[in-house]
Amino acid sequence: MIHYLVRRLAQSVLLLFGAITIVFLVLRVIPGDPAALILGSQATQADLAAKRAELGLGDPLLLQYVRHLGDVVRLDFGDSWRLGGDAFAAVIDRLPATITLAGFALGFTLALGFPLGVYAARHKGKLADRAVSYFSLTGQALPAFWVGIMLVLIFSRTLNLLPATADGSAVALVLPAFTLALPFLGWLARLVRNGTLEELGRDYVRTARAKGLSERVVFNIHVLRNTLTPVVTVLGLILGHFIADAVIIEQVFAWPGIGSLMIESIQNRDYAVAEAAIILIAVFYIGLNLLVDLLYFALDPRVTLETV
Amino acid sequence: MSDGALLEVSELAVAFGDLRAVRGVSLTVEKGQTLAIVGESGSGKSITSLAVMGLLPAQAKVVGGGITLDGVSLLDLAPDELRRLRGEELAMIFQDPLSALNPSLTVGYQIAEMFRRRRGASRAAANERAVEAMAEVGIPDAAGRARSYPHEFSGGMRQRIMIAMALALEPRLLIADEPTTALDVTVQAQILRLLRERQRAGLAMIIISHDLGVVARTAQSVIVMYAGQAVESGTVAEVYDAPAHPYTLGLMAASPSARTSRRGIRPIDGNPPDQAALPTGCAFHPRCPFARERCRTETPPLRRLPSGRASACHFAEEVLAHDRTAGA
Repeated sequence: MIHYLVRRLAQSVLLLFGAITIVFLVLRVIPGDPAALILGSQATQADLAAKRAELGLGDPLLLQYVRHLGDVVRLDFGDSWRLGGDAFAAVIDRLPATITLAGFALGFTLALGFPLGVYAARHKGKLADRAVSYFSLTGQALPAFWVGIMLVLIFSRTLNLLPATADGSAVALVLPAFTLALPFLGWLARLVRNGTLEELGRDYVRTARAKGLSERVVFNIHVLRNTLTPVVTVLGLILGHFIADAVIIEQVFAWPGIGSLMIESIQNRDYAVAEAAIILIAVFYIGLNLLVDLLYFALDPRVTLETV
Repeated sequence: MSDGALLEVSELAVAFGDLRAVRGVSLTVEKGQTLAIVGESGSGKSITSLAVMGLLPAQAKVVGGGITLDGVSLLDLAPDELRRLRGEELAMIFQDPLSALNPSLTVGYQIAEMFRRRRGASRAAANERAVEAMAEVGIPDAAGRARSYPHEFSGGMRQRIMIAMALALEPRLLIADEPTTALDVTVQAQILRLLRERQRAGLAMIIISHDLGVVARTAQSVIVMYAGQAVESGTVAEVYDAPAHPYTLGLMAASPSARTSRRGIRPIDGNPPDQAALPTGCAFHPRCPFARERCRTETPPLRRLPSGRASACHFAEEVLAHDRTAGA
């Protein structure tokens, strides 16, 4: 167990290292002179040269990279030239909004996706099953930004039921969280449906019936218990996607989270903040994947060290 | 020995859509006695027993005949009434105890469930009863092992757990579908010993097997099935001594035993028939060494022979006589 933990942890660190490297390289490749950006168009050649030297931009790339790695480990991404203060602090400042949004989206996904999947499985081949299937496919096929805009048009502009943008109220969460959840909600519904049908065909279900247990017990205890394991493990993955997908959704709904901050920063070439945001999202994604693997141990008694 | 019929199945027919998987099978299990159903896979033996339990797969349907347990017609019961009989009166164990047990629940929970859900016992009392039931079937350290999951047991121990669970509420009839097929020989003997103990305590059984040795050690009477029909029935002693149907004769020659070792094992020629395209007349005739023109056109009924046994062969007397001379 310890051995496995250490191995998984090492893999995660390696992944993170890769992410940091890619972000570093991409930001160096993008055209534009950071010194010019920071100092503005009024800066003299001498000022620019001084700033470049200060930033170490003249150094060999490898040296810059190693220095950069040290900075990232200390969570020092530099200062945001746009917002003034520490770039990482600026990102952390926006974190609660994104977490709230992702949490609500997860709530939607679970509260709707799981029952829909179970319902479809119980009515396999009937209209309800096909309806869930179409809904699921549509939800996955439609681009999130379009869904977001449509929902705003319908529920905010026309019906005037829900606020279109963040106004500090809890109901303002409904539209962005639902938009974020929609593709995964359908995905989860199909996963639950197929998992449930697969479990229903297993021998232990026949045994449970042979024991004279009621259909309610057979389903709610014996079948769902086994359907739940894969579901709980994908929830971690879904949450990771939510934090990554929030980039688009937050922009559509003007939600003050990491995603919108990241886009603003990229648009304004505030690379320190953009980098801090990207790395934080990567940390979340990798961390949640690690958590999912660990959950496997807790949930499925058959998963042992030999089987992983 | 017998004191009346516990289970009577008469002219049972089960269909999967247009396919007839079971075509008019009758059998009787006397109280406290054991009946064996023998046949190749696909002969309808498992489907017959699932029909008795009311556990046929959704695509299958009973399309004819009757099943009565102690005079009560099971086919006329509401689903919920039949459900209540399961576990309480009728129980079943299966070939592969690993897949038959729920992988995500402890074995203790799965046994205790019988007492909790069916008898309304408290969680603590049910757990206690479950541990007792596990100890009774010979699981060492039952109290500790009750918290283990099915995959943490050996095949033999898992089948013991299945038996403990099936017999928890002391049903009168246990259907054992190939209970030892997945086990190695020494474990097989232990499981059979366990089942025999329960027989002595008054448990009636239907044992489904293709292993004639297992049948000889557990059952008093036997039904041989072929292509969804009973082709021979009688006491185990009689049928083993001298089969009255060519298929039974073939089965005996094809299975290793003291009787065949002298002559070598001979498989039955050909394959079991396709249920969708059964041969005309006697379903066994394409594989039968005794077959004549009549077998191709006329379906032989299961008819009584003088000794009280039955055979569905036009030439049963000839088969009997042949075996006597060949075996001598």
